[in-house]
Amino acid sequence: MEFFDNIFVIAAQWIRDTLATLGFTSIWIEMSMGVVYLVCILGICTLAALFYVLYERKLAGYIQYRPGPNRLGPHGWFQTVADAIKLLTKEDVVPANADKAIHLLAPLFIFVPTVLALAVIPFGKGMAALDLNLGIFYLIAVTSLSTIPIFMAGWGSNNKYSLLGSMRAVAQMVSYEVPLVFSLLGVVMIAQTLQLQGIVEAQSKIWFIFLQPLGFIIYIIAAIAETNRAPFDLPEGESELTAGVYTEYSGMKWALFFLAEYCNLFIVSAVGTTMFLGGWHGPFLPGWAWFLIKTHLLFSFFIWVRWTFPRIRVDQLMSFGWKVLVPAALANLFLTGIGIYIFNNGLGW
Amino acid sequence: MLVQYGIVGILFLGALAFGGAAMILSRLLQPHRPYPKKLETYECGIPTQGPTWVQFKTSYFLFGLVFLIFDIETIFLYPWAVEFQNLGLFAIIEMFIFLIILIIGFWYAWKEGALKWR
Repeated sequence: MEFFDNIFVIAAQWIRDTLATLGFTSIWIEMSMGVVYLVCILGICTLAALFYVLYERKLAGYIQYRPGPNRLGPHGWFQTVADAIKLLTKEDVVPANADKAIHLLAPLFIFVPTVLALAVIPFGKGMAALDLNLGIFYLIAVTSLSTIPIFMAGWGSNNKYSLLGSMRAVAQMVSYEVPLVFSLLGVVMIAQTLQLQGIVEAQSKIWFIFLQPLGFIIYIIAAIAETNRAPFDLPEGESELTAGVYTEYSGMKWALFFLAEYCNLFIVSAVGTTMFLGGWHGPFLPGWAWFLIKTHLLFSFFIWVRWTFPRIRVDQLMSFGWKVLVPAALANLFLTGIGIYIFNNGLGW
Repeated sequence: MLVQYGIVGILFLGALAFGGAAMILSRLLQPHRPYPKKLETYECGIPTQGPTWVQFKTSYFLFGLVFLIFDIETIFLYPWAVEFQNLGLFAIIEMFIFLIILIIGFWYAWKEGALKWR
């Protein structure tokens, strides 16, 4: 039990020891570990996308009372692999009018914030690639960067649908960033640390979802909007903008956007687990298994929301974000502050 | 500490390399047969009208301004939130005054219709 709980930590220590016996100095050991982390993170990204694309299609199928993909392999489990091979061999069409450099750079850069964000996520006790003491602050800073590649894609395509989609994407991501950041502040106030490991440690007695229910609800709504998914998928609303930002992308470039979208959804689920659902805490099973189970449940919830609610209008989207979520998040901040003060000092009589 | 940010740098380059490698691999495997009709801008089959790179919709700019104010505010609020329980009553009241000033600004933007989508 103890062994399985720490299996990845032990593996990392073994690699360090091996490198040390090979005569590397400490700085080179750390840098080599960086490469190991990179490989692990890219593996997690690819596996998560391969699994969750199919899982979403299956679940969407069952929600709509149809079987979903079921031809390729047992219960259609090889469908995503076939799709990946198809995308790899598709012709890459670059429109003649496009700004070619920006059109090329956007799918390259879309993947960077995803990888950087996955680096600080604690998958188990001592299992974050980087345990930065700025933790959640770094995470917010890095994830908000993903607005830029999306706008690059829209601008570089020189297509009206793309430009409209990217404008909407920027406005939406920027608006919902504010409630997202405020909803996480309540957690930081209780945990008294920005370090993600520390925040999970602080939840050993009680999960923060019970102390911050309003914060959790705001986080969930804002996270769906940040990842541009239904009911907030206006940037690529098919019925109005064909494919929005991604209209002029095909083949591998489109696949990179798609991969990043699913990884981002995995990240917001993982962050929700870390901040509100107690991270790796749980009985019997190893910590990392609990973390993956909770993340999976949250991910399933996001899929459920996507296939249940219709898309909302742009004006509704903006007014909901600014006139409902932001005041609610501010109220949550005030309530948390007063609550903590009363809890620590009593009512003063 | 610096070592950790060095690893962030490795991850940054690695992520770029991953995207680049995927695109190069795809370039080796894919057919490449462009012709003028295929390279036209796709706007549902209708020829594209006028330039795309124009300035439009000032409401995006207003949302951008309000966002900027709130984002700077959060940078102040995070360190405060970490030390909140150690600072005592003074810090709480001070920060609440700070927040209230911001909320007045927010209310003004709301009243002037900056948050209204036109």
